[in-house]
Amino acid sequence: MAGTNPQNVVARSATTTPSSQVRSSPQVAKLIDESKCIGCKACQVACMNWNDLRDDIGENIGVYDNPSDLTPSSWTVMRFFEVEPTAGNLEWLIRKDGCMHCEDPGCLKACPAPGAIVKYDNGIVDFVSENCIGCGYCVTGCPFDVPRISKKDNKAYKCTLCSDRVAVGLEPACVKTCPTGAIGFGTKEDMVSYGDKRVGELKERGFQNAGLYNPQGVGGTHVMYVLKHADRPELERLPKDPSVSPMVSLWKGIAKPLAVAGMIGAVVAGFLHYMKVGPIEEKTDEKV
Amino acid sequence: MQAQPHELQRYSDRERMYHWATALLLLLAACSGMAFFHPNLFFLSIFTGGGPWTRILHPFIGVATAFVFLFLYLRVRIDNQAEAHDKAWAGKMGDMIRGNKDALPPAGKYNPAQKQVFWAMSISLAVLLLTGFVFWRPWFAPYFPVDLVRVAVVLHSIAAVVMVLSVIVHVYAAIWIKGSVRAMTRGTVSRAWAKQNHALWHRQMTEGKK
Repeated sequence: MAGTNPQNVVARSATTTPSSQVRSSPQVAKLIDESKCIGCKACQVACMNWNDLRDDIGENIGVYDNPSDLTPSSWTVMRFFEVEPTAGNLEWLIRKDGCMHCEDPGCLKACPAPGAIVKYDNGIVDFVSENCIGCGYCVTGCPFDVPRISKKDNKAYKCTLCSDRVAVGLEPACVKTCPTGAIGFGTKEDMVSYGDKRVGELKERGFQNAGLYNPQGVGGTHVMYVLKHADRPELERLPKDPSVSPMVSLWKGIAKPLAVAGMIGAVVAGFLHYMKVGPIEEKTDEKV
Repeated sequence: MQAQPHELQRYSDRERMYHWATALLLLLAACSGMAFFHPNLFFLSIFTGGGPWTRILHPFIGVATAFVFLFLYLRVRIDNQAEAHDKAWAGKMGDMIRGNKDALPPAGKYNPAQKQVFWAMSISLAVLLLTGFVFWRPWFAPYFPVDLVRVAVVLHSIAAVVMVLSVIVHVYAAIWIKGSVRAMTRGTVSRAWAKQNHALWHRQMTEGKK
C-alpha cells in the first residue's frame, strides 16, 4: 500500500521484478481451534467494527449462518454444520470461514493488475483496492472460494488478516475479541506447534482423526485450523487437498511467456523472411 | 471504385468497410486483451483508458468485433471453402515460402494458405466470443460455475493467440506480395497481379468478358 504501509512485499500481482523487501519480519499465522469455538460470532462483529463494514440485512436461511455467505462487506462468516462423522453420533461443527492467506496464493497468481494483490513477507495476502480493476480473475485463482466482487465499486474484497493492525504490532481484531481463545495469533512456527499440541489433546479425548489444517498444496496457509475430523475437512466445506487450479497454473504460468515469445517471434520471423527472400513483386502488364 | 480496363474488382466498397471496421476493432480488442494476459503488456491498457476502463470496454469491443466480422464472414465464406485443386497448391507451400512463386499451381480467389488464415480467424473469434461471456464481469460471470470460468479463460487465451498469429501472417502476406494491399484500399487489383497470384480467379473473372 503506497506510502502508508512499510511492510516488505515479497510478491506483487502482475509484476515481474522484485518489490521492496530489504527488511525482515517473522512469518505470522492465525490458528482457529474449532474445538474451542462456541459460535458466538464476536469475531464477525470485531471484523465489522475494525474494518468499518456494515453488510446489508440478509435472509434467514434456516440455520445459524448469518450472513449466509462471505460478501464484499462480510470478510469472515461462522459456518455451522450438523454432521454425523460416525453413524448415530451427531456433532455440531462450527468453522470461521475467510481468507486462508496461502503461502502460494492463487488469487495473486491470477491477478492481471500490477500491485492489486500483494503478499507481505509476514505471509499476509492483501488486496490493494486502488489497483483492483474488477476483472474477477482472483476468484478463479482461489481454491477456497473467498474473494467477493462488490457490486458497488467492482473491487474485490476479503479478509486482510488485519494487515494494518499486524503492521503496528497488534493482533487481528477477531483474535483480540474471541472470548474463548479459540483464535490464536503469533508466529507461524509457534502456531504450528501450539496447533500440534491441541491436536494431541484432542486425540487423548477420543478425536482420533484430529489434525492441523495447513494444506501443503498451496504451500501451507497463514490461517490454520485445528479440526476434530482433519481426515474429512469436507464435512465443513473445506477442500481436502486444495491447490491452485491446473487451468490457472497453465494460463498464468507457462502459457504467458510462451505466447508472448510466439507473437514476438512471428513478427521477427516475418521481418527476417522479408530481408532474406524479398518481396514478391507485382509483374507489370507488359510482361504478362 | 470502378475497375479500369487493366484492373479487376476484388472487393466491393461494402466488403472493404467491413474489413477495416473489423481490423480497427480487433486492434483495440487485442491491445486491451493482451494487457490482461502478460504483466509486461499491461501498459497497453492506456489506449483504452487504464485498468478498470479496459476491463469495462474490452468485452464490448470484442462483441462489436465479432458482430462486424460476421458480415465480412458471410461475404467471403463461400470463396474460402476448400476445393479439389487446393491440395496441389498446399503441397508446394515450401516453394511459396522461398518466394518461388512460379512453382505454384494456379490458385482460386483465395489460395489454401489464405483459406487457413480465414478459418483460423473465424473459429478463434467464435471461441473468443463464446468463452468471453463466461467471465464477463459484472454481467455474466456470476452465473457460471468457477470451474467453467477457469476453462474459459484458458480457451479464450489460446484463441486470442491463434487470432494474433493469424493477423501477423495476414498482414505480413499483404506486405510481402506486392500489389495486394490495394485490393483492400481501392477494391481493385491489376490483372497482372490476379494472373500471377490467383490465376484461376483471373480466368473466371475475364473469361468471355474481354
